[in-house]
Amino acid sequence: MAQAAAVATPPKVPRRRSASPRRLPYLLIAPAGLLMLGFIAYPVVSVFYYSLQNYNVTKPWRNGFAGLDNFTRIFTEDDQFWTTLGFSAQWVVTQVALQLTLGLALALIVNQTFIGRGISRAMVFSPWAVSGVLTSTIWILLYNSSTGFSRYLADAGIGDYGTSVLSDTGTVFWAATVAELWRGVPFFAILILADLQSVSKELYEAASVDGAGRLRQFFHITLPHLRDAIILATLLRGVWEFNNVDLLYTLTGGGPAGETTTLPLYVANTGIEGHDFGYASALTTVAFVILLFCSIVYLRLSKFGGDHK
Amino acid sequence: MTAALAEKNGTDSAHPPAPSSRPPTAHRRRKPGRERAFDEVPRWQIYVPLGIYLVFTLIPFYWMLLFAVRPAGSTSLVPWPMTGEHFSKVWNERSFAVFFQNSMIVGVCTLITTTLVALAGGYALARFNFKIKNAFMLALLCSQFIPGALMLVPLFEIFKNLRMINSLGSVVIAETVFQLPLSIILISGFIKNVPVSLEEAAWVDGCSRLRAFCAVVLPLLRPGLIAVGSFAFVHSWNHFLFALMFLSEQDKQTIPVGLNTLIGADSVDLGALAAGGVIAAVPVVIVFAFIQKWLITGFSAGAVKG
Repeated sequence: MAQAAAVATPPKVPRRRSASPRRLPYLLIAPAGLLMLGFIAYPVVSVFYYSLQNYNVTKPWRNGFAGLDNFTRIFTEDDQFWTTLGFSAQWVVTQVALQLTLGLALALIVNQTFIGRGISRAMVFSPWAVSGVLTSTIWILLYNSSTGFSRYLADAGIGDYGTSVLSDTGTVFWAATVAELWRGVPFFAILILADLQSVSKELYEAASVDGAGRLRQFFHITLPHLRDAIILATLLRGVWEFNNVDLLYTLTGGGPAGETTTLPLYVANTGIEGHDFGYASALTTVAFVILLFCSIVYLRLSKFGGDHK
Repeated sequence: MTAALAEKNGTDSAHPPAPSSRPPTAHRRRKPGRERAFDEVPRWQIYVPLGIYLVFTLIPFYWMLLFAVRPAGSTSLVPWPMTGEHFSKVWNERSFAVFFQNSMIVGVCTLITTTLVALAGGYALARFNFKIKNAFMLALLCSQFIPGALMLVPLFEIFKNLRMINSLGSVVIAETVFQLPLSIILISGFIKNVPVSLEEAAWVDGCSRLRAFCAVVLPLLRPGLIAVGSFAFVHSWNHFLFALMFLSEQDKQTIPVGLNTLIGADSVDLGALAAGGVIAAVPVVIVFAFIQKWLITGFSAGAVKG
């Protein structure tokens, strides 16, 4: 009956005297705005500021304006920067590609109607709620060389695993990748499933009547529909996988022999453990610029939001 | 009536184009032994890949549970006989009781602050046109690209100046701030789905804006608020770096940091590690089971459609 009343009255609404409606929206966004100014905008600006400074807690006598010294050091002297950047790229591309493929497949499966769908969804999505540290904990238990999964495989005569896959430079990348996939795939699957639900059933019906097979329906109806959601999800996830340090920090600590040190891990080591805040800030600035550049190029290339439906 | 509407809002109106696609449900839900519908996939194509994926998902959970309840030294793959020794050790000796309490405080405070601040901001975005609206939206989106991990140094300085190092408040603020952008976008999506006419009707009846909001809009937002609040809780419960960096005293630490110290222990006590993992997992699993059905709606209403 509330709706009926609304229809009867013209949309013109008597204005309240208190809290002028002109100022109200500003009042409403003020808390969020102030928090973000103080704890996001200000820190960003100070990172840029520190990046031009010599700022090292252990060498206070050298502190002061440094100009572009930190940046020249990154690009000319610091081999570790390039190594860690390379590993970051490898990590992000592998994760996003595999998470997208598996997540899409998983979403398509649990979008079907079948017996036990609800409980299956709950179970396959559950790692989404698990943290990086907890994921590390679980996979450390599984990868342990004396009591882990490999030990039982070896006992059953399948393979021979002397050392933990986490301490071998040849296997550590894939070991970490599998652990991150375990909790990353559900996120993709949830996002894609959310969008899958809005595909009109009539389209498939029509396509089916026209004799299009399942595969053709997938490529001509499903994929184009999911296009923007996929572009956005891969971008956000790529940024997140680049920035995230929880898992690698606790699972491998960046090792063995620096094999799994991403750029953000390197920054954290430089800034927090090495106390070289100025240099860490310069690294942060460079990482931010690279990330922004890649994101813009990606959005351009993928023609996000273009009328391709 | 409001409850029914809330359900409707949570499930249906989140997908405006849906109504046209609803009717087929009637003939899709048939008794066993029927012929296949046009869009039906052979059963094995569902159950085989799903089964494989379920194994991949569940074995790690099982492994953690197994190590947590299995007596030290046992290599059995069946958790029998069970023991609580690892739990009592972690809870009492490794101060997980304190960590748990701290994590709870951080989680609940973050949930409350995030929901309230995002509710105000989301309402402004959904219902008003104002000068800096687009700039504000842009700022929200851009902040998604700013790495929390890379801002540790300046954040540390700020909290040091505010004398909030070693106070749980610093972690609550940091978690809230990084949770806000997505929460505001999600909530404004939900509010947009509530017809303005409902609110206007209440104004005509003499309600103030605030009262109309509380009486009419808020009940309909329940699924959205639950989704946003749970995200905030789960994120702050799980997040590791802020607690690690801003809380240096051991009795102020949270569960993820406690887990990390167990991982870092020289001789890794796997039973204790697994028990700590189970303790860390229980609250989020409960929250997850609770919000699971709203999760997909939450994403489709807010995040994907912007």
